[in-house]
Amino acid sequence: MMKNKNWSQWLLDNAVIILILCSAVVVGFMRPNFFSVANLKNLISNASIRFVIALGISGVLIMKNNDLSAGRQVGFASCIAATLLQRADYSAKVYPNLPEMNMWLVLIIIMIGFAIVFGTINAIVVAKFHVPAFIGTYGMQTVVYGICLVFTGANPIGGLVQEYKDLCSGSLFNIQILSNLGVIAAIVGVVFWFLYNHTPYGKKMYAVGGNSSAAEVAGINIFKMTLTSYMIASACFALAGFMLGGKSGGTAASMGEGYELFAIAGCTIGGVSVNGGTGKVSGVLIGVLVFEVLKIELQFLGVDVAYTYIVQGIVIVFAIALDIRKYIRKK
Amino acid sequence: MSEYLLEMKGICKSFPGVKALDHVNLNLHPHSVHALMGENGAGKSTLMKCLFGIYKKDEGTIIYEGEEVNINNPLDALQRGIAIVNQELQPVPERSIAENIYIGRYPTKKIGPISVVDHKAMREGAKRVLDDLGIDFDVDAKLGSLTISQQQLVEICKACVYDAKIIILDEPTSSLTSQEVSKLFEIINKLRDKGCGIIYISHKMDEILKISDEVTIMRDGQYVGTWPTEGLTIDFIIKNEVGREMTNMYPPKTNTPGEVVLKVENYTSPFAYSFKDCSFELKRGEILGVAGLVGAQRTELMEAIYGLRSKTSGKLTLNGEEISIEKPIDAMNNGFALLTEDRRGSGIFGVLSIKDNVSIASLSDYLKYRFVLNGKAINEVVEKSIASLSIKCPSSKELIQNLSGGNQQKVIISRWLAKEPDILIMDEPTRGIDVGAKYEIYSIISRLANEGKCIIMISSEMPELIGVANRIMVMCEGKISGFVEGDDMNQEKIMDLATKFMQGGLDDEK
Repeated sequence: MMKNKNWSQWLLDNAVIILILCSAVVVGFMRPNFFSVANLKNLISNASIRFVIALGISGVLIMKNNDLSAGRQVGFASCIAATLLQRADYSAKVYPNLPEMNMWLVLIIIMIGFAIVFGTINAIVVAKFHVPAFIGTYGMQTVVYGICLVFTGANPIGGLVQEYKDLCSGSLFNIQILSNLGVIAAIVGVVFWFLYNHTPYGKKMYAVGGNSSAAEVAGINIFKMTLTSYMIASACFALAGFMLGGKSGGTAASMGEGYELFAIAGCTIGGVSVNGGTGKVSGVLIGVLVFEVLKIELQFLGVDVAYTYIVQGIVIVFAIALDIRKYIRKK
Repeated sequence: MSEYLLEMKGICKSFPGVKALDHVNLNLHPHSVHALMGENGAGKSTLMKCLFGIYKKDEGTIIYEGEEVNINNPLDALQRGIAIVNQELQPVPERSIAENIYIGRYPTKKIGPISVVDHKAMREGAKRVLDDLGIDFDVDAKLGSLTISQQQLVEICKACVYDAKIIILDEPTSSLTSQEVSKLFEIINKLRDKGCGIIYISHKMDEILKISDEVTIMRDGQYVGTWPTEGLTIDFIIKNEVGREMTNMYPPKTNTPGEVVLKVENYTSPFAYSFKDCSFELKRGEILGVAGLVGAQRTELMEAIYGLRSKTSGKLTLNGEEISIEKPIDAMNNGFALLTEDRRGSGIFGVLSIKDNVSIASLSDYLKYRFVLNGKAINEVVEKSIASLSIKCPSSKELIQNLSGGNQQKVIISRWLAKEPDILIMDEPTRGIDVGAKYEIYSIISRLANEGKCIIMISSEMPELIGVANRIMVMCEGKISGFVEGDDMNQEKIMDLATKFMQGGLDDEK
């Protein structure tokens, strides 16, 4: 009896994963290409970008804040990266006199720049001016989009250097499945896992999100924690923008729109509570995969784009309703 | 009709793994106050939740006014005339008193086909209830403008509007001063005269003996017995609650205060009504009690010393050297620790484990390679704390919110002991904790003082201060009104000092 109960409990606890795996098997039977290496690689690359964004947001969520500017920051980062990494001989080059730059240098510059500019402003608005994070970062979302439109003149940016495109579409050691983007995301994931579980900083994040008054009494500097969490998040968004621009082979100001809500939903499915104080890297990964697998499944089944929106919306709500049962305190 | 207003017979209720109630009885007369007693976890609240329809009982019968009833939900209970005034108030502070009294069932009137809230009837009804109980509040004032104790009275009015025949008061006095308690008792007496049966849950023995007509004691989910209050002694009640003889309420005072460690001079708050010009000294190995009524600004003064609140003036001298504390981290670095008054609000991290709760303030002491946490060292400290303070828990991975209040408090004490503080400020360390756990907390305090640590203990329970402290500092209206020690430590002296600067009575407070 007891064993039986554990079994059903286990099923329920992992219902989201099980359902997504089952649906993948079904789609795999209907469309044999689904399990091809190329498709898997595509899935991994797409999920990698979303995973990096979601990790950035997860830190902010654990601190009981929010960041609605994520998607627009990703888009802006992709535009900056693309502008700085255009081919010298490309006719529509935004800055024709710009010499070719090292792409790693570009990546580091935008990550640091985003952390310092957008991360800091978000943190000051939220922690110093006490604007609710939901509204404060919504303001930032709009501002970043505006800046990005000015920056690009609303024109798409193409003609990226081959090296950059290769990085974002290639694989490590030419093993298809080890997509470069996947490797980058895995590294970021490990760094976050370590940060959350094995550093004082991580423990303090959970403490601030769990009970900020108690954290203050325990000598934790709340502003410093908020500041760094937003800075880390913005650095992640910049990285994701870099990955996204290279993978798409070109970009535009509209890139990244709405990504923040997918990331927040993914985090929530994975058990990062918007009430702060809880969340794991593995959960974030699962949450992101739920969306990406579903998206590809629908593509493979040839579902009309309009319908995919309906299905995705339902899945967000349904998956969270199903999964949140684990975290709600039983009465 | 039977002699009883309410009979609960053989009530059983199980939760997965625990039998929370095991054939419990409770018989309530009309025109009476019935005290329900027992340690935390004895099942008092569970029993009341079964009565109130929050939990469904597994077995047993409830006979109310001579008829067997099945109460399915709180609304059902309220409509039958059973009301509960909880430990945690659930008011809406931004709305008026009248609206709070009528919350959820506002009187309505018809304007054509639509019914709208009848504000006039609501205000008049609220006024009538307040007058009935002899409470003088403006029904249009925002509830949030009242003190906690006054809000509690409003909760009782809420019960009266339902014409409740049974009113359950769950720890109603845990945040009240003695004057406020007497006000509450007047109101309870009025309700009793009206024919209500009142179930009174409290840990405070003197109150039980004073107000109740009968006492029912529960222990570990079981019914121990019911006695008329007359002739009961505190010892008898405690013995039956704990199930063993408790010879002493307090451990013996074996510590001897030494030289002066901390000097606090001229602490003044930027706010006019708050603490002003407070100076005192703290000696090594001393337990300094801090007494005062609610609003005496004891907490505010201590939190200012700890760097949580701002001050306009004030000097701290620690071991002969002047120090400056602007933020809690400064205080911690100088060997201070603060156990806050509001355990849930600013003490525990509910969603985190016991382990994380213990280690959070001292993480930087368990590093390897400068920034990596040493899990093994943390585990050792945590396991040691669990053992040495005998924290009852399945494992250190358990979430702290699943522990009882006393054990939560011990976890927070462990958090600070891990920092090895010299000066430990404890604000109401035993609030809402049962008798057995209280004794353990007193023992810990006494042990620490014997080790040479300095303890400041704020408490609203005078017997506790007298029983534990070496010296008691009394505050009134933000000022230190005096110190008592030795034979002077008695309730009358302390009350005198606690009301020294007060003009008029409690009613002037608002």
